[in-house]
Amino acid sequence: MNATADGLSVEKVHVWRGDRHVLKGVSLNLGPRQLLHVSGPNGTGKTTLLRVVCGLLRPEQGLVSWLGTSIASVRTEYQATLAYASHEPALKADLTALENLRFAVGLKRRVTVDELRSCLERTGVAVCADLPARVLSAGQRRRVAMARVLAMNASLWLLDEPFTNLDGAGADLMSGLLQSHVEQGGAALVVAHHDLKIDVDMRRLDLGP
Amino acid sequence: MNVGALEAFGLVVRRELCLSFRRPDQLLQPLVFFLIVTTLFPLGLSLQLSLLRDMAPGVLWVAALLSSLLSLDALFKSDADDGTLEQLALSGQGLTLIVVAKTFAHWLVTGAALVLVSPIVGTALGIPGSAFATMMLSLGLGTLTLSWLGAIGAGLTVGLRRGNVLLSLIVLPLAMPLLIFGAGATDRAISGVSATGALYFLAALCVFTCTLAPFAATVALRITLE
Repeated sequence: MNATADGLSVEKVHVWRGDRHVLKGVSLNLGPRQLLHVSGPNGTGKTTLLRVVCGLLRPEQGLVSWLGTSIASVRTEYQATLAYASHEPALKADLTALENLRFAVGLKRRVTVDELRSCLERTGVAVCADLPARVLSAGQRRRVAMARVLAMNASLWLLDEPFTNLDGAGADLMSGLLQSHVEQGGAALVVAHHDLKIDVDMRRLDLGP
Repeated sequence: MNVGALEAFGLVVRRELCLSFRRPDQLLQPLVFFLIVTTLFPLGLSLQLSLLRDMAPGVLWVAALLSSLLSLDALFKSDADDGTLEQLALSGQGLTLIVVAKTFAHWLVTGAALVLVSPIVGTALGIPGSAFATMMLSLGLGTLTLSWLGAIGAGLTVGLRRGNVLLSLIVLPLAMPLLIFGAGATDRAISGVSATGALYFLAALCVFTCTLAPFAATVALRITLE
């Protein structure tokens, strides 16, 4: 069976950063209704792998393909279908949470303010909608970033340490959102240090030294 | 469901303007710099209106170039620092469109604003009112060209910590033709001679950079994003 045709596939990707050989032939497959948990000690290239997968970084060797086509040839169309959350929340401090969402999500798809507000509500930060991002706590910013991922309606989620700065309830919420995304036919690639307690088709990729 | 290019362009321009007006200090800095530098020149020269009038085009243009350069550094840097540049790059709209929209918005709040205050400076430097139209047109074309050149430089230096010095070193030599023809056009307008030739040349430079610089800036930015 060819697992590449209906999802994401990474084949023997090598990346050097200067003299360091960061990714040494990493391969993975990720289809719909699947979650891939990428783990490993610090500095083993988890974030680098995520940047390669979303097309920000071109690997020196190897191939990343989406629905059977190399992402290098359909980069813009491919990037329109994914939602990436980097380890920093990527919010403009001078804009309100709602404006941040409107300007980021509005480039991907037509979206109404009510939809954005309901996404903020689902991540538990509806009260912060009209506050500038600079006054929000680190955990609240993380939740706003998560609301942005939700609002993008993307089929592929690429999340870098989504549990950082979240309290217990926030971590449960995050797990719940991931679970419902995967159950509704989405795919997710999650970089996280600790074990994920999510009841879906989950596989693990350990980028050991 | 998908967002068209024009709509996305409008959204990025609105985002940039919104951000600029939230930080009025950064908005006013280049303008105040422009006003102060041009006011310092008459103070340092002898009080001869004829001498001042001879020097006015050069003073005006050098001050305009330097004040435009002041804000160029922040064109991509603030977005790169907080991670929003990655989100923009992954928006599925193509990085070139984002670069064009950001540079255009940057010109609106720096170059266009500078053109609007230039009559005040012109009056202070003794430029006759009859030359204002040519002066403003040449400044408009010149600052727009400079914004495009600056976008390439800003894209190349966005990953550096002290990139603004390097940015000046990259952009200022490229801006020399602007200074020559811009100051030339203003000078001719002051003496009452037709400045069409110089204006055409400025327009040609503007079209040249408008069409090619976005692609160069996109490539530069993509390299620094990696």
